[in-house]
Amino acid sequence: MSMTDQSQNRMDATFARLKEEGKTALIPFLTVGDPDPQTTIDIIVELEAAGADILELGVPYSDPLADGPVIQRASQRALTHHVTINTCLEVADGARQRGVEMPFILFTYYNPILQFGLERFFETMQAHGISGMIIPDLPVEESGEMRERSKAAGVSLIPLVAPTSHDRIAAILDGAQGFVYCVSSLGVTGERASFHNNVEQFIRDVKSNTDLPVAVGFGISSSEQVREFSKFCDGVVVGSAIVRQIESQIPLLTNPERKIEGLLQIRKFVAELKE
Amino acid sequence: MTTLPDAKGRFGDFGGRYVPETLMNALIELEQSYYQYAEDEEFQTELKYLLKEYSGRETPLYYAQRLSEELGGPKIYLKREDLNHTGAHKINNALAQGLLAKRTGKKKVIAETGAGQHGVATATVAALFGLECKVFMGEEDIRRQQLNVFRMKLLGAEVVPVTSGTMTLKDAGNEALRYWVSNVEDTFYILGSAVGPHPYPMMVRNFQRIIGDETRRQILELENRLPDTVVACIGGGSNAIGMFYPFIEDTEVNLIGVEAAGRGIDTPLHAATMSLGTKGVFQGSMSYLLQDEYGQVQPAHSISAGLDYPGVGPEHSYLKDIKRVQYVPVTDAEALDALKLLCRTEGIIPALESSHAIAHVVKMAKDMNSDQLLVICLSGRGDKDVESIMQYEEGVQ
Repeated sequence: MSMTDQSQNRMDATFARLKEEGKTALIPFLTVGDPDPQTTIDIIVELEAAGADILELGVPYSDPLADGPVIQRASQRALTHHVTINTCLEVADGARQRGVEMPFILFTYYNPILQFGLERFFETMQAHGISGMIIPDLPVEESGEMRERSKAAGVSLIPLVAPTSHDRIAAILDGAQGFVYCVSSLGVTGERASFHNNVEQFIRDVKSNTDLPVAVGFGISSSEQVREFSKFCDGVVVGSAIVRQIESQIPLLTNPERKIEGLLQIRKFVAELKE
Repeated sequence: MTTLPDAKGRFGDFGGRYVPETLMNALIELEQSYYQYAEDEEFQTELKYLLKEYSGRETPLYYAQRLSEELGGPKIYLKREDLNHTGAHKINNALAQGLLAKRTGKKKVIAETGAGQHGVATATVAALFGLECKVFMGEEDIRRQQLNVFRMKLLGAEVVPVTSGTMTLKDAGNEALRYWVSNVEDTFYILGSAVGPHPYPMMVRNFQRIIGDETRRQILELENRLPDTVVACIGGGSNAIGMFYPFIEDTEVNLIGVEAAGRGIDTPLHAATMSLGTKGVFQGSMSYLLQDEYGQVQPAHSISAGLDYPGVGPEHSYLKDIKRVQYVPVTDAEALDALKLLCRTEGIIPALESSHAIAHVVKMAKDMNSDQLLVICLSGRGDKDVESIMQYEEGVQ
C-alpha cells in the first residue's frame, strides 16, 4: 500500500471506527510553532493522550482574516520562529516519531500554498502523510485546481459550509472528500457563548446532503458545548479555547524545569472537553 | 479590454473572490444589487443629484500655469478632486455605495480607512442617510491622522482602533472583513479602494470613473484633443483606476500610476507593490503583493497613510502585465518636495498621496515640451497632512 492510501485512510478510518463505536471525533486545533516548534510536538503528544481523535495543524499567517484575536496572537508568536509549511510538516513527522497515531490535517490560508507551489505542495503533503487540509479563504468557486490535485493526491480538501451558505451547499458538497466542516456561527474563530439560530437545523440540512462525516467548529470551547454538538455531529473542532490554554501556559512551557506542568494542564483541559 | 472583469470577477489572472464561505452569498447579493441599480433610473438620478449638489461635482480641470512654467515642460492640468465635499475623491464611491446600502435596506455600514479620507467620506454619507457607522483604523494611522479621526467622530461615526499586525491600512481592512463576517446579515461594507473580493474592484472603479469621464470631456472642450499623459497616485488604486479607465482604449494617451517608495525601493521601508511585489492572494483577491517567499505579507511604509498598503487593485495588476499603464515609484522626500512646490506655485496644498503624482511629473517634465498636455489627478487636499509634515520635518532636521 502506498503512503498516499495510508494517509488518506488514516482519517477516513478514524471516522469509520468512531462511527462504529457510536462516538464523535474530538478535533483540536493548534498553531504550529506556538510557543515554539519543539513544544508543539510535546503538546501534540499530550493532545492524543487526552483523547484527541484528529488534529488540525494551523500554519501561522501574517493576515489571518478568518481568525479572532486568540489565534491571531498565536500566529504572531509562531511567526517569530519563522514557521513555514515545511516547519509544520517537520512537526508532524516529529510527533509521529514520538508515537502519535491520530490523523493530521493542515489548516492554512491559500497564499502560503500558492507561493509553495501547488504541485510541490501536494507531493510534500503525501510524503509526510497528511490526510487533508482546510483553507478558510478558498471558496468552491476558486478551488477548481486544488480539488483536482487533492483528488489525484488522495489528500482531502475539506470544504467549509456556513449558516449563510443556503443554496450553495449542494455545489460545495459535490465531490467533496474527507469530512464537511460546518461553521457554527457567523464570524471569525474564537470562543463564544451562543451560536447561530437554528444551528442544529443547519447541520442536519448539511447531513442530509452528504454521506461524508460532518464536523462543527468555530466558537466551541466547553465540554457542555462538545456534548451538545456530539448529539448530531460526527466531529467537534475546538480551536481558540485550546490555543488560549496554550497561551496561558506559556510561562510554564518556556521554563525547562516546569514545562511538564504546563503540558499536563493542557492535557487536563482537553481531557475534560471529552468528558 | 473594457469588458473586464469576467463573470468570475477576473482581470486576466487577477481578482476573484478569496474570502471565507460565510461572506460568499453576501458578495453575490451585492453583485446582483450593483447590477440592478446600475440600470435603475431613479438610483442613478439620485446619485447624480448628490454628486452635483452635495459633493459639488463636476470638479474643475484647472490649468496650472505657474507650475507648468516652473517645470518648463508640458502644459499641466490638475483634476481638482480635492475640491469635492470632504476633500478627496473618496466621496464619489462612498456616496454611491452608501446609496446602495440604503436601497438594499441595510441600516449599518462599516469601512476601513488609512489616511482617514475614506473613513470621513463614509461617516459623512452615513450621517446624510441616517445609517449607523463604524470605521476601522489602524492605531498607527490614528496617531498620524488625528484631525480626520476627530472629523469622523464629529460626524457621528465610531472609530474602531485596530491594534493587530502593523496597525495600518492593511490591518484595518482585515478587521473590517472580520467584523463583516460576524455581522454580514445586517451590515453593508463600504470598501474604499479598488481592491478586495469581486465585485468591489469593479464597483469602485465604476463609481470612480466619473473622474476620468469628466477629465476626458473637459480636456476635449479646453484643448480640443486628448492629453499626452495622465498621472495618478496609487495605493490600492481607486483614484487612479477612476481616472485611467475612460482612457484605456485611447492608446495614444500615456497612463502613469505613481506608487509610494517610502525611504526608497532599495530599503525595506517602502510600499512599492508594483515595482517589487509578486503575485499572491491578499484581502480577497489575486493581485501583486509585497510578500516573502513563504507568502507572508510584508509591512509597507510610506509617509502617506493612504498609500501605505502592501497590495494593489487587481485591475491595476492586470494593466501592468499588459503594459497599458506604467507604474513608477516616488519616495517620501520627493513627494514632500512636490507638495511644497504646488503650495508655492499654485496656492494649493495637495494631500501627501496626490503629491506622489506631482513628484513624478517634476521628474518627467523636462523630457516633455510645451506643446504636450499632461493631467495630474489631484486626488485630495493636504490639510489633514499638515501635522505629520511638521513631525517629518522635525525628524529630518
